[in-house]
Amino acid sequence: MEQKGPSRVTFYVWQLPVRLFHWINALCIVLLIITGYLIGNPVALQNSQEAHMGHWFGTVRLIHFAAAYVFLFAWIYRIIYAFMGNQYARWTNYLPLSQKQWDEFKDVIAIDIFMMVEERKIHSPGHNSVACLSYLFLGLASVFQIASGFGLLAPMSEWWIADLFTWIVPMMDGDTNVRFWHHLMMWFFVIFTMVHVYIVAFHDYVEARGTTSSMIGGWKFVEEKDLQK
Amino acid sequence: MEERQTFWDKMQEKGYTRRDFLKFCAWIGAASGLQASSIGSLVHAMETKPRPPVLWFHFQECTCCSESFVRSSHPIVADVVLDHISLDYTETLQAAAGHQAEEARRHTMEKYKGQYLMLVEGSIPTAANGVYCCIGGHTALDIVKEAAAGAAAIVAWGNCAYAGCVQGAKPNPTQATPIRDIIKGKPIVNVPGCPPIPEVMAGTIVHYLAFGRLPQLDSQGRPKAFYSRRVHDTCYRRPNYDAGLFVETFDDENARKGYCLYKVGCRGPVTYNACAVTKWNEATSFPIQSGHGCIGCSEAGNWDNAPLYEHLPGVLGYTSETDADTVGMVAAGITTAALGVHALTANARKRKQIRKQIEESPGGK
Ligand code: SF4
Repeated sequence: MEQKGPSRVTFYVWQLPVRLFHWINALCIVLLIITGYLIGNPVALQNSQEAHMGHWFGTVRLIHFAAAYVFLFAWIYRIIYAFMGNQYARWTNYLPLSQKQWDEFKDVIAIDIFMMVEERKIHSPGHNSVACLSYLFLGLASVFQIASGFGLLAPMSEWWIADLFTWIVPMMDGDTNVRFWHHLMMWFFVIFTMVHVYIVAFHDYVEARGTTSSMIGGWKFVEEKDLQK
Repeated sequence: MEERQTFWDKMQEKGYTRRDFLKFCAWIGAASGLQASSIGSLVHAMETKPRPPVLWFHFQECTCCSESFVRSSHPIVADVVLDHISLDYTETLQAAAGHQAEEARRHTMEKYKGQYLMLVEGSIPTAANGVYCCIGGHTALDIVKEAAAGAAAIVAWGNCAYAGCVQGAKPNPTQATPIRDIIKGKPIVNVPGCPPIPEVMAGTIVHYLAFGRLPQLDSQGRPKAFYSRRVHDTCYRRPNYDAGLFVETFDDENARKGYCLYKVGCRGPVTYNACAVTKWNEATSFPIQSGHGCIGCSEAGNWDNAPLYEHLPGVLGYTSETDADTVGMVAAGITTAALGVHALTANARKRKQIRKQIEESPGGK
């Protein structure tokens, strides 16, 4: 005998360009973290090769720089799409300027972080405003990583793109500082990734709205009774 | 004072031949990155242009810049350029002393107002009205302001005049200040290094003396010919770096093989200088060639970027060896713990909700 569960409304939340950006960005971040960490702390490979016979460290750097370009273009693409996409992709989501966003912010903290409130309210099937704020920080951190990284690359780059960021070196008083902060900022991305993945799993587990799969298929499913609130 | 001579006049006086003169011009032109086709105009300028008067000031410094300069691999630099310079004023090398020396300086400053080249070695202390460095009863601050007002251009020798060097390191008790932060509105060329490479100093000054203008400068006011590339990008150990062959400790097998010094703290990757190209002591060697990493002596704040034997500075500067990765790992650890606590609490607090959902779903029970 077929049993019926609570009826759900299906939302097409993440459009293809958003999903594409998400995964390209995720791939870049993972590659950049791994290669960046290796550049800062190269592993000791003991071998008796002559220098001309190997190039692994150069290859690690090459992957880092290549991923950095993709990362830059992915962000440009996403920022343009923030003016073209649906209501969930719009740039207004990511700037916490309205009272409505801050009200939601308080709710989300109470429900999801401190778990003080039982009842679930749904403000939007898209990002909640805490998530949006975390993406704003991710964006700002990315801007800093892009500027500092390309600023460091510029003297050895033939392309004008890297030259766009040379201003950051004198601003931060030399390569050493730029490099130091570029390296420290990597840890923001490590921690962001940890929290992000955890929170997605948490939402999926507790709310059953298909949060994880929404970034693959674009669909979210919200119980009708949750929508009414 | 006598009519100002040209270089060629001076060299003839000193007994140099025409051949010596041309060789010198070709050498200094090549060292400062001039095109072969502009050697002709360099020769012409050195023959015809009267050399502008030069004043060389010493403030908070150790005189290593002067020492470096007199050890230029080309004897003519010391013999003619410096001898010529010392006619006007330089505390270290001039024959005059005390009131005589001050008199010579005043004389040049008055007679050649707006024409003389001002060379500054050392930083300027500004704390307590500048009393930490006084010469002839005047503070360095007053002297530098007065002299800069009548100078055609200023050359800031060394890391001291460029960024404060040792005495400018934290906590910088005398408020040692670089020239570029005190003097505005005058052309300033920075020639950083502790000391700068003698050929770089000679190349910069000959360029000005011959052509009457400063060489092309980068965003930090350094001559592009010498400071546009990192030591790392011109280092002969670079193939080892790209191949991932690193010295792990100074006494290991890799050190003996001449591998890259990155992991024992080489600052070549963040240091702009010509050491790997021009080298030192008649192009004999440079720090990395003798097995020690670059310490970044031509970079601003290099003394604050401790520890010296790490390629990245520590988080709290010289008081701590905590590096960025330690901070990051601690933060990541705390995050993991927080997420763990959250996960456990979620299972407890949201149990009812999850259970209800499972019960409501088809096949849930
Ligand atoms: S020794 Fe220093 S400057 Fe030379 S390749 Fe290694 S890190 Fe770069």
